[in-house]
Amino acid sequence: MKPSSNVKTLNIDGRDLSGRQEETILDVARQNGIFIPRLCEMDGLTDVGACRLCLVEIKGQNKLLPACVTTVEEGMEVTTDSPRLQNYRRMILELLFTERNHVCAVCVSNGHCEMQMLAQRLGITHVHFPYRYPKEEVDASHDRFVIDHNRCILCTRCVRVCDEIEGAHTWDIMGRGIDAKVITDLNQPWGSSDSCTSCGKCVHVCPTGALFEKGRSVAEMLKRRQFLPYLTLMRKENE
Amino acid sequence: MTPEELDEIAESERAAQSQFTEHVNVCVAAGCLSCQSQSVKDALDQEVSRRGTKGHCQVKGVGCMGLCAEGPLVSTSVVSTGLASTGAGVLYQRVQASDGEAILDGLSGEPVSRLICPTDIPFFQRQKKIVLENSGVVDPERIEDYIAAEGYAALIKALTEMTPREVIDQVTKSGLRGRGGAGYPTGLKWSTVSKSVGTKKYVICNADEGDPGAFMDRSVLESDPHRVLEGMLIAAYAVGASEGYIYARAEYPLAVKRLRIAIRQAERIGLLGTDICGTRFSFRVDVRLGAGAFVCGEETALIASVEGKRGTPRPRPPYPAMEGLFGEPTLINNVETFANIAPIIRKGGEWYAQIGTEKSKGTKVFALAGRVQNTGLVEVPMGISLREMVFEIGGGIPEGRKFKAVQTGGPSGGCLPSDCLDMPVDYESLAKAGSIMGSGGMIVMDESSCMVDVAKYFMDFCMTESCGKCIPCRVGTYQMHRILTAIGNMSATQQDIKMLEELCDLLKHTSLCGLGQSAPNPVVSTLRSFAEEYRAHVEEHRCPAGVCSGQLAGETV
Repeated sequence: MKPSSNVKTLNIDGRDLSGRQEETILDVARQNGIFIPRLCEMDGLTDVGACRLCLVEIKGQNKLLPACVTTVEEGMEVTTDSPRLQNYRRMILELLFTERNHVCAVCVSNGHCEMQMLAQRLGITHVHFPYRYPKEEVDASHDRFVIDHNRCILCTRCVRVCDEIEGAHTWDIMGRGIDAKVITDLNQPWGSSDSCTSCGKCVHVCPTGALFEKGRSVAEMLKRRQFLPYLTLMRKENE
Repeated sequence: MTPEELDEIAESERAAQSQFTEHVNVCVAAGCLSCQSQSVKDALDQEVSRRGTKGHCQVKGVGCMGLCAEGPLVSTSVVSTGLASTGAGVLYQRVQASDGEAILDGLSGEPVSRLICPTDIPFFQRQKKIVLENSGVVDPERIEDYIAAEGYAALIKALTEMTPREVIDQVTKSGLRGRGGAGYPTGLKWSTVSKSVGTKKYVICNADEGDPGAFMDRSVLESDPHRVLEGMLIAAYAVGASEGYIYARAEYPLAVKRLRIAIRQAERIGLLGTDICGTRFSFRVDVRLGAGAFVCGEETALIASVEGKRGTPRPRPPYPAMEGLFGEPTLINNVETFANIAPIIRKGGEWYAQIGTEKSKGTKVFALAGRVQNTGLVEVPMGISLREMVFEIGGGIPEGRKFKAVQTGGPSGGCLPSDCLDMPVDYESLAKAGSIMGSGGMIVMDESSCMVDVAKYFMDFCMTESCGKCIPCRVGTYQMHRILTAIGNMSATQQDIKMLEELCDLLKHTSLCGLGQSAPNPVVSTLRSFAEEYRAHVEEHRCPAGVCSGQLAGETV
């Protein structure tokens, strides 16, 4: 077969588009300016399909499929936005807001938070599920960074960037279900971690204000993510 | 190991056994062991040595005999010289160590009437044993005993007379479907794995049985571990795998111990290892222990756990048949599925396909529990009605109470009300009624059970066992549990019921794996069939079954 047969043509939201066979629906949508909400996916990290916000409808498929891990297929007809999808996305985001203590008014990421922006975009004006108000910890033992578990949404971007890009695997997940939380090393204070290289990649991939630099006040924590696509591109070229 | 050598072992074992004219089988599976069957066996052993009848009276520890509620169970039979056994054997129930003498006396005289367990009841009569054919008959810790009962004959047949393609054809013809719950056609799965390309292939046996009230796989492993190994070996030959893992729960120490013994024995006589039976087929098996997470029964989470990672599911596709353990094609089947393979190969797929219904073939083992007279393990042909299960095999509801519902499929299943009683038990009918076949747990409930409380119990289970990876399952199960708790406390409103329904829909359609997708099933099915009970809790602040405490009842009216 010719290499050209690896290119698939598909239809997303009524537009005829093309993608390489290893590309996902989300890749192709992003290249063409089609917005699909997501919180766990990040270009340059492996996809886990965990946040369920990027679920899309595919014609002929009963199930909703996550755009971030579903590769394109010839003749696929994808709908990325529908009243049903919007409803599910709103509910999932609402559930996230109820899970921990997301108080934008006092958050370092206010105005730069992916979750906040998504909520605005989806038109969430209030949360109709009751809040949990759990007691979560703040670990400020690290010299330069802080983790505030109140704002963590368990997207695991920090876990993945630390493992896949930095190669330190300082972060991981502990516990199950509603009790799950991200930890450094074997649940040691971050400041006493032997494996942490203090590179700060985790801080900058974090979609909310859960991970931030010390000394930042409300709305001051801007995250810079340009390094990630750059690093992955450079590494690919060196392979 | 050659076919001739296997025959030799079988012959010599049968010859050794024919010396015994008196057989006393004591159940040493977990159910009976927990009510001291080991001391019963020891007492019988001692008594036999004291009497000096060791030469012709055999006391044997065997696997589960089914009626766990009446344990410890002991079965005896007497063979008159050179002939088959004289009449049917006798089954004794609730045997104590002190009864040993009486039972041995009963071998030559009248059976001990006070201990006799009637075997002419539907519980025994209505069963059809394929998976459990050796349970309660062979010694689970002796491979020779299994070989004498036609064990490993199917493996030899597959290796020496059949091509892998023919093996898969027989399994496809049998119509066998995955016994873990979802009912995926086994033959199709096998052929997918056999056609997948990889440098190496794996076979995994899923023995992570986690549904509350289910103990089918446990019983099979404890009663007849070699049958599962044989099924895995045949599967490995069919799909071209060279390595296998049995992923068992650490909570099943006896099953794990017997599996390890079985693996050692099979390795010793060359049924596991390299160049099995003089062919070029090699296969080795290892046991992996789960660390107690229910979600590890989900195949992708199980694979992650075997790889040594955190046991969380990943999106499918790619399915394990294409990319499984260590990225290689992997066949995952349940314990009971593997336990069905040897008889299918021995007797042919067509024989198996005669049993059961049009789309659900063969038999299914159920763990019958809850409010029935006879709780225990039963193997019945597919298509039997729920009524037969509950009222004939189960012996009906004790204390003259009224039947209310039967719960199948554990936390992923639903509650079936009395108008489903005449429905056949097969994959399609159960799904249509809003439940699932599941792995085979069947919990019977009577009027003293509150369906809101039942739904809450299962939601609590799902909430605790959610891995926390995807948001709908992690937070959704928490919110649903909160609402169900509020209903139980009589503090819920109509708004809460609406929210509950919304969450059911959300979890079903957006969760990452089967745990979250099916977590709403107990709620959906009780909301549908027992809406009246929910209404009573919410509007009248009372629990019709008198289970929910409703501390707030007086205040909110």
